[in-house]
Amino acid sequence: MSFRLGVDVGGTFTDLLLVNEATGEFHTAKVPSTPNDSSIGVLNGIERVTASAGIEAAAITHVMHGTTVATNTVLTGSGARVGLVTTRGYRQVLQIARSFVPGGLGGWVIYNKSLPLAPLELTIEANERISAAGEVIEALDEAALRTSLQQLAGKHIEALTVSLTNAYANGAHESEVRRIAHEVMPGIPVSISSEVVPEMQEYERTITTVANSYVRPKVETYIDNLKNELRARMKDVQLHILRSDGGLASAAAAEQYPVNLLMSGPAGGVSGAIWIARQAGFPDLLTLDMGGTSTDVALVQNGEAQLRRETTVGDVTVRASSVDIRTVGAGGGSIAHVPELTRALRVGPQSAGADPGPAAYGKGGTEPTVTDANVVLGFLPSSAKLGGDMTLDGDQAAAAVQTVADALDLPLKRAASGIVDIVNENMFGALRLVSVEQGYDPRDFALIAFGGAGPLHANALGKLMGSWPVIIPPGPGVLCAYGDATTRIRDEASRTFIRRFPDTSNDEVRGILRELAASAASALDEEDIPREQQSVHYQVDIRYHGQGLLLTIDISADELENKGLDAIGEQFDRMHEQLFTFALSADKELVNLRAVVQGEATRVRAPTLERGGPDPAAAAIGRQEMFVADSDRQATIYDRAKLQSGNVIDGPAIVTEMDSTSVILPGHAGSVDDFGNILIRPTE
Amino acid sequence: MPAKIIQTNPRPFNRVDLDPITLDIIENALRNARYEMDAVLFRTAMSPGIREQHDEFPMIANLDGKMVVGQFGSFIWGFQQGFDGTIEEGDVFLTNDPYACNGAVSHINDWLILMPIYKDGRLISWAAMFGHMTDVGGKVPGSLPTDATQIFEEGIRVPPTKIYRKGELQEEILELILHNCRLPHWNRSDFNAIIAACRTAAKRCIELAERFGDDVLYSAMDELLERNKRAMGQLILNTVPEKKQYFEDFICDDGMGMGPYKIACSMWREGEKVIFDFAGTDPQSIGSVNFFLNEEMFKMFAGVYMIMVFDPQILFNDGFYDLMEVRIPEGTLLKPRFPAALSCRTHALGRIFDVLGGLLGQGNPDFLTAAGFSDSPHFMYSGYDKNGEWYQLYQIGFGGIPGKPSGDGPDGHSLWPSFTNVPNEFLESYFPLRIDIYETIPDSGGAGLHRGGNALRVGYRFLEPGTISIHDDRWLTYPWGVNGGSPGARSRKLLMRADGSEEILSSKCDNVAVAAGDLLYFDTWGGGGWGDPLQRPAEQVLFDVNAGLVTAEGARRYGVVVIEANGNATLDATATEALREELAQQRSECLLFDFGGSIDELKQRCAAETGLTAPTAPVFQKWATIAQTEAK
Repeated sequence: MSFRLGVDVGGTFTDLLLVNEATGEFHTAKVPSTPNDSSIGVLNGIERVTASAGIEAAAITHVMHGTTVATNTVLTGSGARVGLVTTRGYRQVLQIARSFVPGGLGGWVIYNKSLPLAPLELTIEANERISAAGEVIEALDEAALRTSLQQLAGKHIEALTVSLTNAYANGAHESEVRRIAHEVMPGIPVSISSEVVPEMQEYERTITTVANSYVRPKVETYIDNLKNELRARMKDVQLHILRSDGGLASAAAAEQYPVNLLMSGPAGGVSGAIWIARQAGFPDLLTLDMGGTSTDVALVQNGEAQLRRETTVGDVTVRASSVDIRTVGAGGGSIAHVPELTRALRVGPQSAGADPGPAAYGKGGTEPTVTDANVVLGFLPSSAKLGGDMTLDGDQAAAAVQTVADALDLPLKRAASGIVDIVNENMFGALRLVSVEQGYDPRDFALIAFGGAGPLHANALGKLMGSWPVIIPPGPGVLCAYGDATTRIRDEASRTFIRRFPDTSNDEVRGILRELAASAASALDEEDIPREQQSVHYQVDIRYHGQGLLLTIDISADELENKGLDAIGEQFDRMHEQLFTFALSADKELVNLRAVVQGEATRVRAPTLERGGPDPAAAAIGRQEMFVADSDRQATIYDRAKLQSGNVIDGPAIVTEMDSTSVILPGHAGSVDDFGNILIRPTE
Repeated sequence: MPAKIIQTNPRPFNRVDLDPITLDIIENALRNARYEMDAVLFRTAMSPGIREQHDEFPMIANLDGKMVVGQFGSFIWGFQQGFDGTIEEGDVFLTNDPYACNGAVSHINDWLILMPIYKDGRLISWAAMFGHMTDVGGKVPGSLPTDATQIFEEGIRVPPTKIYRKGELQEEILELILHNCRLPHWNRSDFNAIIAACRTAAKRCIELAERFGDDVLYSAMDELLERNKRAMGQLILNTVPEKKQYFEDFICDDGMGMGPYKIACSMWREGEKVIFDFAGTDPQSIGSVNFFLNEEMFKMFAGVYMIMVFDPQILFNDGFYDLMEVRIPEGTLLKPRFPAALSCRTHALGRIFDVLGGLLGQGNPDFLTAAGFSDSPHFMYSGYDKNGEWYQLYQIGFGGIPGKPSGDGPDGHSLWPSFTNVPNEFLESYFPLRIDIYETIPDSGGAGLHRGGNALRVGYRFLEPGTISIHDDRWLTYPWGVNGGSPGARSRKLLMRADGSEEILSSKCDNVAVAAGDLLYFDTWGGGGWGDPLQRPAEQVLFDVNAGLVTAEGARRYGVVVIEANGNATLDATATEALREELAQQRSECLLFDFGGSIDELKQRCAAETGLTAPTAPVFQKWATIAQTEAK
């Protein structure tokens, strides 16, 4: 018998999901997180979940894990001291960046640029040059480089990045530099741009490779520790880390290319959402993950999350594939304020965070937050559990929201619903970015909500988007662990290949893509995944010659063999027309070619609830006054643990569970499906 | 005669009461729509100028044409007043003629699209956007002839024209226009992209009206304008004195050997209203450096600048326009008479921002910003490559952001909203050139408590014979420093020929032949320094030295002495203290403005310092001079 284990480490809880690979049966566990050394929480969880399953830890063969280590390293600025080698003349590539000053006309007056991720004093130049076509124009001056590297070594760098001009076309000099660096500074990890992201655009390639170096030591330490702890209990266990693009990487690959893990945490939530919604029969989804300080949204079509060739964390944007998750500074802790001059109501992006947190937490917070508004409106009853022993203080919440009401000269509850409306509007804006602005009609998608605050706001957002049903999965917290445990192993290989269609041929493109597929497959081979269980598909980044945009076209191996470039071109014209209302007769141009290889999907199935009738009365635990659409309404409170499949809950209603609270608005009903999801739809 | 607006639905809009929440939601939604316009444009345009560098300006206006969200203020009202014809559903207007739209666009490279937005037979709002076309024909590639004396030399002029008539593209007109451009496929694609961006805005406005109701959207747009007016009114009262303030600055030359040209402006407040008067500005140039300045656009510049300096929380729109009056005498550099050439207006346009900074800041030194990178220097390179294919590059350069109250100016950055550089690897793969150097110039930022940003040096190595054009400024006058800060370094263009000869090129030139192997150093200028450099923490100066942004010699301007050894600099604290004391005694006082010398002094030192002959005093057309004298 072999088992696989999904582990998600959140701020409050560590969730685990243990799957019997043969039967698809599974067990879950929830234990407190241990922020100082999260592996302690993980090990506690493993003890708990193996005990409840009645198995030995040694029976676990695979552990899948989504981690925020890389993200937090960037956000807290606690990464490595990174040295950088550039081509002569390009030492300031990160200092100049794209010369962009945010904030519109006059924005420079208040713009203060943050320091580059690799400090200029740790950046050296190499005498060498490669042309755009990849020819060596000037050979690498090895002697000069040695001297510079020795000086750099004296400055105690912890990681080195090499990013040379046009290295995307020819990485030979970068490899040379690495070889020399290994001699001059043994033990210092070296990342080279032609391996991390062999794509055109010197700034983007450099920042991506530097980010890789920056987070690498922290990630390595974390993964090594975890691996050692796991190995001590389960001898041959394989550890996999969830990547930003929702695929799984081996621990070794994750350590080498940690820049691919910057969105590992949120990608786990999206993967979990995809999996559970697929069980319920909804392959097209918008995901809404609302936490304390921010909200992540993404679009899923036909069970696949939209990917983006870009990952942004804080003010660092790198070229790495990630699930196209847009983040807005809108969360339960977002602070509402009314600026003096305009007297407009603004919510966020400042957040009260977890400490002091919303006024309702009674931990000394006095500023009005979204959570306080939800308390005033009765959406969050005082009986709600916030994932702990915390209780809500309605008076404190009211006092905080009253400051906004006074500034706007509105009654208290109107002001509270204003705060909620504005924060909903902000999330609506993010959802539009991934849907309408990409040419998708949100009415064709279901909206799945998770995170601590998602289920509170989901019904209202469903109304704004016209996205039905609104799905509230059971245990929104354990969703990420589901994602971790059910994700397929995946790797990809890509290459910049800029050619107008007339300048290349089907055979040439097929040849390159097959080579890339072989290279991506080798990573899965190393995981002992037999070739017959691997599936390959291709992606092409393409545009009209002269354009700056890149649209990514997916093509199957069959399409590539049978139709080649024609299939790509037709799909591109269609997509361009859909997105931008016009297509052009200009030459099409390939930019990047990519092969994606995946292992098999898991057989795990979601558990089913006991079947009951439509009447949910048995789960009712109380009544609550709720302020909606300018009037007070009586809502029923239900205990989610007591709901049965087939129950239909008429709004206004509130459903509480251990770590979240769901709201069903008047004019809507939530039906409970076989898997325990609440599916909210309008009744009129 | 004003335009006649045709509406099949005569029902008037009603002003309804709005709750503040709905108002905020509509404001957010309109702002999102405006960013969406940018996104659509960048993704589908083809010319590097628009798609990479973002030389474009979007806006959404209410049905009267007042800008509710956007950048450069609204000119639709003026267009409606001047357009003798009908406006109907499905019409889309194109123009690039500054003289036909009262300077809404200020040279004919900028193509302006105006799109009335209809819903249920009624005009509900407007979308508009203009973008800089790489080429619009005329006598030189890039269509910015330095030596033009009439607009007819600068390319094809399009008066306000229905390019879509009731939804039908007027293909013959479009083809006629494209026929006159050197890179028609770029113009076509950029044109399509601008239309697509405006259609996006239209779609969003209609959705908003459907969601909230036509009257609510109508009322909200009005209310947003009024809200801005209230906030700006307060700001004007607080920050603009009744006493007259005066400031002048210069563009160095006209590319024909004459200069500098003076831009002068006075500002004072009368009650709640602020008046800007450009009396004293030089007459119009006989060359192409004239800048047709639209008064409404200037109000936007001034308003935005005030908001950014004093209270960045305020969202700006056209609402405050009644609170400002702008007087620009006719026949001057800023309001030239037809058919004066206009193509090279970028220098005067940029300089307006320095004038504004000096004008608004001198009464509030804490908020004063130094002179900055007030231009968008152009570089152009064109010719036939070895396959006989025509290549033509138009690129905007960047430089030093000025020192400012909030901190140092970034190095080698853009003062223009949303502009970015073109990746050098992109240039190298699409044009016959290599970028050998791409770095900022140490010490080129003005010294100050807050350092001015460094200028940018781009080393273009040409791989094919071709011709280049350069449009830059601030080679003679300095980007001034303030509150004790020093001026930044001036610009310079040095051509190192493959045959070993060197030549300093003038700041504005066309048709310079280059050969394969020639290297051009395109040096822009630094930002002025802000505040007393002797007050800058020595550790910060040391940090800049170790970063290579300031040299050991340059550190002495801050009174900081560093010792360099093994590629590492350390602070000499004793020597620093002594030098700082010495420098403090030598100087008389901290100057409010440091211009680096009077115009006469600069001209005298010109040849020795810049390697270029000093420009001669501008000669104006006789009538312009007379008009100026009479005005006085």
